[in-house]
Amino acid sequence: MDRRFVYMDYNATTPLHPEVKARMIEDLEVYANASSLHESGRAAHARVEEARASVARLIHARDPSSIIFTSGGSESNNTVFATMFHLGRKGPRRGIVTTAIEHPCVLNAAKWLEEEGFPVRFLGVDSKGRIDLEELRSSVGPETLLVSVMAANNEIGTIQEVAAASGIAKAAGAFFHTDATQCAGKIPVDVEAWNPDYLTLSCHKIYGPKGIGALYVRKGAPVVPLIRGGHQEHGHRAGTYNNLGILGFGAAADLALRELPEYSGRVRRLRERLRDGLTRKLPYAHVNGHETEVLPNTLNVSFPGAEGESILLYLDLEGIQVSTGSACASGSLEPSHVLLATGLGPELAHGSIRMSLGRDSTEADVEYVVEKLPPIIERLRRMSTVA
Amino acid sequence: MEAFAWLYSDIVKDHFMNPRNVYDPDEKFEADADGIVGNVKCGDQMQFFLQVDEKDVIRDVRWKTYGCASAIASTSMLSEIVKGLPILEAYQLKPEDVSKRLGGLPDNKIHCSVLGDKALRAAIDSWLAKTGREGAFKDVGATVVCTCLNITDRDIEQAVKDGARSWEDLQERTKIGTVCGGCKGRAEDLLVEYVHVFGHDE
Repeated sequence: MDRRFVYMDYNATTPLHPEVKARMIEDLEVYANASSLHESGRAAHARVEEARASVARLIHARDPSSIIFTSGGSESNNTVFATMFHLGRKGPRRGIVTTAIEHPCVLNAAKWLEEEGFPVRFLGVDSKGRIDLEELRSSVGPETLLVSVMAANNEIGTIQEVAAASGIAKAAGAFFHTDATQCAGKIPVDVEAWNPDYLTLSCHKIYGPKGIGALYVRKGAPVVPLIRGGHQEHGHRAGTYNNLGILGFGAAADLALRELPEYSGRVRRLRERLRDGLTRKLPYAHVNGHETEVLPNTLNVSFPGAEGESILLYLDLEGIQVSTGSACASGSLEPSHVLLATGLGPELAHGSIRMSLGRDSTEADVEYVVEKLPPIIERLRRMSTVA
Repeated sequence: MEAFAWLYSDIVKDHFMNPRNVYDPDEKFEADADGIVGNVKCGDQMQFFLQVDEKDVIRDVRWKTYGCASAIASTSMLSEIVKGLPILEAYQLKPEDVSKRLGGLPDNKIHCSVLGDKALRAAIDSWLAKTGREGAFKDVGATVVCTCLNITDRDIEQAVKDGARSWEDLQERTKIGTVCGGCKGRAEDLLVEYVHVFGHDE
């Protein structure tokens, strides 16, 4: 088989969609400050508001003004936790409930609140990566300020019961936040159905540019700005409008909505083909995450006796780009916190590979990986002290 | 697509792609001694198999490793260095000797080559024990850590091999740091490293 270049790391980031790229090249001309009152300023402002409406449509938000543009998912998540810091300092509610498998920007923001004296509870997950709703119910009460549960996990793809978690938080009078960074464009994201107070989005995961994200804020939910200054974003986030990023996000959101069936259909079938092909050749492979409630593009597999960084770099030499939950990739001795939280042993966590597919993935890509990966695993296991 | 600069040096890449002297179960390599260090839980483990002649010279060597690319490369490089070396010289090889020959390793990868020399020494220790000279190289290449009580890195290593896992354990076994306490930082770093390397029974 001829050497191919196979990108299977779409959960890390996506390339610009060709249509987004074409629209952005034109939009490079939109230079005016969208806060200016003159004609070109008003024109830029109109374009920014169109993009806001596109992002709102992607998540079924009726009111475009519920969308705050930020620099990305990390800023959106931090804005929520910073808001909770200010509310908790003044009000009677201070309890934070989140999960052990959140993205580091949520985990570390929660740990910051913990250091500031807020009671923080990190809910564990089952072997498939799901939280226990009963445990959530018993963890919230009149003292709970915020419940933050990611909609789908970036490493293993497991999808949570977001609407139910949201209902439990609301019933206790707490705010509910969900990090939907990995969901958008892959599965339907619906703020009407999920009913969050806050929802995080990132543009570069949906074939748009980097450096731009959004925070959905339900009408009436408080926001204390991380960045203070001008009146942009209704005073929720200061700084001159990032025209190009925002317009790119609008274009990407339009396309993400349009191409959603691609993920639920073709990409999902590719994932299944990849999973079946690998497990047929390597029966000892351990598929991580949920069998059915999983992102249609994400396949996380562990191989006993083979270490993840070595697998990743041998794959890289074959032109295949994936990521790993091994410690070597993280620069510490601890492998993936997500895999450990599912109860996976450290050895299997070190030997994990995440393959995340996308709109440019093909059957030939999948066949190539099914051909190239097994001999790499076999080779590593042969030289291993373990297998 | 253009091949961008690799994560590691070209020599590391070569040894990663074509590791030398890997133990092959089909080859039936008859080892005179072997040694294993590291912990799969921590992400790397290495094993050395030695053939040693009557003059205490390493004639041939095989190895196995569970670990990252630099672990594979540094074990492979070490296996080339030690062939034909008297065991006393091999025993004194330092991690830096391996990383230098590899054209350098990133700082966070140095511990991978640390494992290699430890596995080699474990194999040599096993050879010495087999030939009735248990612990003969106990002080070879040792560096004093606690100057008050003349306690070396090898003493700390031995304490960990004997079961010390915490600073309190280590003090109980060696009395290290009980006089001026000035060595505590360095000694604790070594403790963490040796527990990682030798704590594979847990």
